[in-house]
Amino acid sequence: MMTEDRLYSKDHEWILPLGENLVRIGITEYAVKQLGDVVYVEVPEVDAEVSAGGEIGTVESIKSASEIFSPVTGIIIAVNEELEDGPELVNASPFEEGWFAEIQLENPIELQGLLTEEQYKTYIAELAAEEEA
Amino acid sequence: MGEELKQTPLFNYYKENNVKLMDFGGWALPIQFSSIIDEHQSVRTYAGLFDVSHMGEILVKGNDSEAFLNYLLTNDVSKMKNGQAQYNAIVNENGGTIDDLIIFKLDEKGYLVTPNASNSDRVFQWMEKHLTGDVVLENKSEEIGLLALQGPHAERILQKLANNDLSKIKPFHFVQHIELKNLSPVLISRTGYTGEDGFELYLEAGETEKLWHLLLEAGAEEGLQPCGLGARDTLRLEASLSLYGNELSDDISPLQGGIGFAVKTKKEADFIGKAALTAQLKSGVDKKIKGLKLVGKGIARHGYKVFAENGSEIGVVTSGTKSPTLGDSIALALLTTTGSDVGTNVKVEIRNKLVDAVIVQTPFYKRESKNKL
Repeated sequence: MMTEDRLYSKDHEWILPLGENLVRIGITEYAVKQLGDVVYVEVPEVDAEVSAGGEIGTVESIKSASEIFSPVTGIIIAVNEELEDGPELVNASPFEEGWFAEIQLENPIELQGLLTEEQYKTYIAELAAEEEA
Repeated sequence: MGEELKQTPLFNYYKENNVKLMDFGGWALPIQFSSIIDEHQSVRTYAGLFDVSHMGEILVKGNDSEAFLNYLLTNDVSKMKNGQAQYNAIVNENGGTIDDLIIFKLDEKGYLVTPNASNSDRVFQWMEKHLTGDVVLENKSEEIGLLALQGPHAERILQKLANNDLSKIKPFHFVQHIELKNLSPVLISRTGYTGEDGFELYLEAGETEKLWHLLLEAGAEEGLQPCGLGARDTLRLEASLSLYGNELSDDISPLQGGIGFAVKTKKEADFIGKAALTAQLKSGVDKKIKGLKLVGKGIARHGYKVFAENGSEIGVVTSGTKSPTLGDSIALALLTTTGSDVGTNVKVEIRNKLVDAVIVQTPFYKRESKNKL
């Protein structure tokens, strides 16, 4: 399901460029698999300012709560309100319907520091190997 | 992962089937096979199979077994008949809980005691320390495997493997030496930890995997699913069954921890902790496990603080989850007794936000009784 037009963070978010300085973010299948059944999602508020690496929400599974970190700096211009009543969308469709928020970028150059699909795949393969060992 | 963690008899099966294992109190066990919610619902609707071989098993034998256990435990062991199981607590002199456990009366001179996995060694040492009279202890934890078959279809499934009539085993009773197919004798108890009807099957560790497969095969038509400890936790929480390390601990007495029904201060025998527990009963406990339902959004987790509406801190969440059966966000919390009546509005601090909650009656979930009484 990963697509080449997306970028990825080491915190397992995907970043989809939507237009000029605008991105949509969500969490990857790898993250969802680690979490298990998602039962609650706390999204940020529209108009909130976020900085790269800062916390912008929480995804809760039955077993644990995991923070979502913003991979970029900017302003939240939309959040996925469907998640409020349908947190399971994150499990069912992490790359599409389970998207998290849209951010107007302040420093578009930050995107260059993110991983390409290929780099991200290598990264999660390494994580899997570490876990096996 | 795996080397440093203790393994149950199903460890090789998990590895061969790529079942993801987690560190569960020092044991390598699956949190889930497919999804916690699916497994949970399967137990409520059909049946689920759990590997609970990490639980401890201690044999207590000898002429003075009853007197010894009655001195060590809070419930009245003298009331037990052969073939009966009893929920019990073992406490220290201050009334703090060392463990909660089930004891099985095998015969006039023998009991099987099943402590929690993480407390098994501690309970054994405590027993050794207080050993009196003609009593011999044997720690059988590594030799015995334990599977739990839980859910409304449990009896129907297990009956396919057994010749004797399982409907005759009443709740909190058990039968020894049952032959299931060509396995060595199995002890089958009508006990469990899910709020559903079900059985727990004690057998030779080396045969656990065989029984696992036999049961899964027998239960395929009845919707039986292998379940991990994640579902076990959500099921027991819906049924408001206290868990050691959460609702019970060294600092929480059985009276505070929601298992007061297992404390018999009026029994004839003296027992360790009796004075402390009697005093608590007399003056009333200062804090107690209560049920919470969140009105606002979020999930109340272990360790989160609870506040009264006037802002004063009144306790702490001991377990919390989103209830797969009810859809609500539920929690158990240790709260000051005063001002914690059912219906009281409180607030739970979730990530620096105060979220509305209400104190509710427990259990959150109770199955409809199908047993004729």
